[in-house]
Amino acid sequence: MTDSPVNVPVTATPSHANSSSDNPDIIDIRATDVLLQLTGLKKTYDETEVLTDINLNIKRGEFLTLLGPSGCGKTTLLRLIAGFEQPTAGAISLEGVQMAGLPADKRPVNTVFQQYALFPHMTVAQNVAYGLKIKKVSKDEIQTRVRDMLAMVQLEHLANRKPQDLSGGQQQRVAIARAVVNRPKLLLLDEPLSALDHKLRLQMQSELKRLQRELGITFVFVTHDQEEALSMSDRIAVMKDGKFQQIGTPIEIYETPANLFTAKFIGETNLFKAEVKGVYPQQPDRDGQVTNGRIEVEVCEAQAQDGPTTLRNLRRPNFANEVQVGDIVNLLLRPEDLRIYEADDNTHSGLLGRVIESNYKGSTLDSIIELHNGHIIKASEFFDEDDPSFDYKLNEAVKVSWVDGWEWVLPDDNSVNDKTDNESDSDIYIGKAVSTTVQKDIS
Amino acid sequence: MARTSSSHLSNKSPFRTATLWLIWGWLLIFALLPNLLVIAVSFLTRDNSEFISLPVNIDSYLRIIDPLYFDVFVHSLWMAGITTVICLLLGYPFAWLVSKAKARWQPLLMMMLILPFWTNSLVRTYALKLLFANNGLINKTLLAIGVIDTPIDILYTQGAVIAGLTYLLFPFMVLPLYAVFTDLRNDMLLASQDLGASKTQTFWHVVLPLTTPGIISGVLLVLLPAMGMFYVADILGGSRNLLVGNIIKNQFLDARDWPFGAAASVLLTLAMAVLLLAYRASSRRIGKTDFSEVA
Repeated sequence: MTDSPVNVPVTATPSHANSSSDNPDIIDIRATDVLLQLTGLKKTYDETEVLTDINLNIKRGEFLTLLGPSGCGKTTLLRLIAGFEQPTAGAISLEGVQMAGLPADKRPVNTVFQQYALFPHMTVAQNVAYGLKIKKVSKDEIQTRVRDMLAMVQLEHLANRKPQDLSGGQQQRVAIARAVVNRPKLLLLDEPLSALDHKLRLQMQSELKRLQRELGITFVFVTHDQEEALSMSDRIAVMKDGKFQQIGTPIEIYETPANLFTAKFIGETNLFKAEVKGVYPQQPDRDGQVTNGRIEVEVCEAQAQDGPTTLRNLRRPNFANEVQVGDIVNLLLRPEDLRIYEADDNTHSGLLGRVIESNYKGSTLDSIIELHNGHIIKASEFFDEDDPSFDYKLNEAVKVSWVDGWEWVLPDDNSVNDKTDNESDSDIYIGKAVSTTVQKDIS
Repeated sequence: MARTSSSHLSNKSPFRTATLWLIWGWLLIFALLPNLLVIAVSFLTRDNSEFISLPVNIDSYLRIIDPLYFDVFVHSLWMAGITTVICLLLGYPFAWLVSKAKARWQPLLMMMLILPFWTNSLVRTYALKLLFANNGLINKTLLAIGVIDTPIDILYTQGAVIAGLTYLLFPFMVLPLYAVFTDLRNDMLLASQDLGASKTQTFWHVVLPLTTPGIISGVLLVLLPAMGMFYVADILGGSRNLLVGNIIKNQFLDARDWPFGAAASVLLTLAMAVLLLAYRASSRRIGKTDFSEVA
């Protein structure tokens, strides 16, 4: 894993042991079957760089999600691929054919718009037929294809209605049918589920996945909803300030985030700072296999605690700059990775704290714990009916720990420490983007 | 839309009752009653002392079909029609451009369009007369720069009437068009382009159908007033370029033939009604049922 924003090594996702193992189709598709290739893509509006050096290969049949906070450039990237805007620099090649410079109506790519953009003066069937009519497809073929398409999205019975007489979910399906009926090589979806309520959104998520499987069309999906991205995508490209932060399968993104931004943006995260006390590189282990080595760290919160502190023995991370003794690293632990013990439990060591909030969620018990230094963390435990003490009183003193090896280690990166919120004001991001690009140009 | 929600508010408050009575009373006395009177008068007989008298007959309507008046009606419709076409051809791109201008400039641009209304239209028509006259500004300028040797006749021509009507009625064309263009979402145009349509195809298949209510509304607001603005024809058109409005005015004020004037007026109203129905039909076609939204 790289620790800096991923810019170049994109197609070759690191062959992680658990990466996309549940979907054999994806593993078979390799760089030979690249559908869309973006190289060195750049977009500037009035001196403001919205996209910086975007490199991405999208594979045939893939469901790729562009994920990021608003103002990160994901919609701009989609508009560049669609052809609504032209890049300032760089190349877009679809099956080896240069797309940059071609307007949207000349590209074999279709878009599902955020607000659907259905034509109100046409019926559902006329909306779906529009693209075929423009391409002068024969009347008979238009009829068959429109009918088949409407059957596929289960809207045949509404063919002669006007879009505005349909519910949000039905309009959504018309929008998808209108795009897909043209058999595009690539379907672009611009936050297509954001206008739907929660229940309908979940339903449409699985429907979109079904359509994508049945049609075999490559989907590029834009969203700021990380849950949506995790549940739908084959791969996710996390974006911030016009750059890719990480590109990988949902599992890779969640389990092994490339940097603190990705870690905090995807799911809930507890961060512990720790000081490196020892580095033991590349030693053959008991079976004689060369591993990456180990490091020993002391969690900073534990340092302030009374009594002897225990060192934790972790896998040595692959940072760009080698880990040195005395370095500060971030230990990343998801709420479900944490173990909570009673404070007087002497069989376990851990960080002392007290429970300030405890929410019973049915299958899990979610607790907010304030460590003695004020650091607030969140733990999520599976409910255990056999454990009589499995509930916490407010202010109950507890110990927090985890199984060594369940943490993910990231370098101490001050630049992203302050960004924890998912939906930051876009202005702030644009402002940041300007300053970073200026710095880049100077150096 | 609003219709369904207001019908639920049936709780009776005195203020509400009073307001409703006031509105209904106003409409009955000042809108419906005068129109009914005009219709009634149109079926009566001319009387020199009392203006109107019995018996009831349809003579007035039969006389309008008389070639003399019919020619005036057709010529009036012709001039109003040309005016409407010019207003539409200028107003359509004008409204589109204004709706595409930066949001903070739009109110200013529309303000400039409305500004002439602050001066009485009669005064502005006289101003046009000064421009169009043989020794007016236009002829003087053309003579000065050597385009012409002798003054050309502008005043008292059909062209002068059409120019005057266009000048006075242009804003009425732009306002409803501007309303439909601001409602026209950009993603509709993008969607059309995305589905393979060229700019021309997008115009014919998407922009034009979606702005049709504005066109009809604008035509409605220009065509009928254009046929009735008798003072424009009086001041700029001379005796040969009459509008239906001139006939109506003449019958009431000069010829003292009220039934005939009323009949001409009723026909004009009928023409308006036909256009209104056409508008309603077209707006229902694109799913907009609220007339007041555009008009």
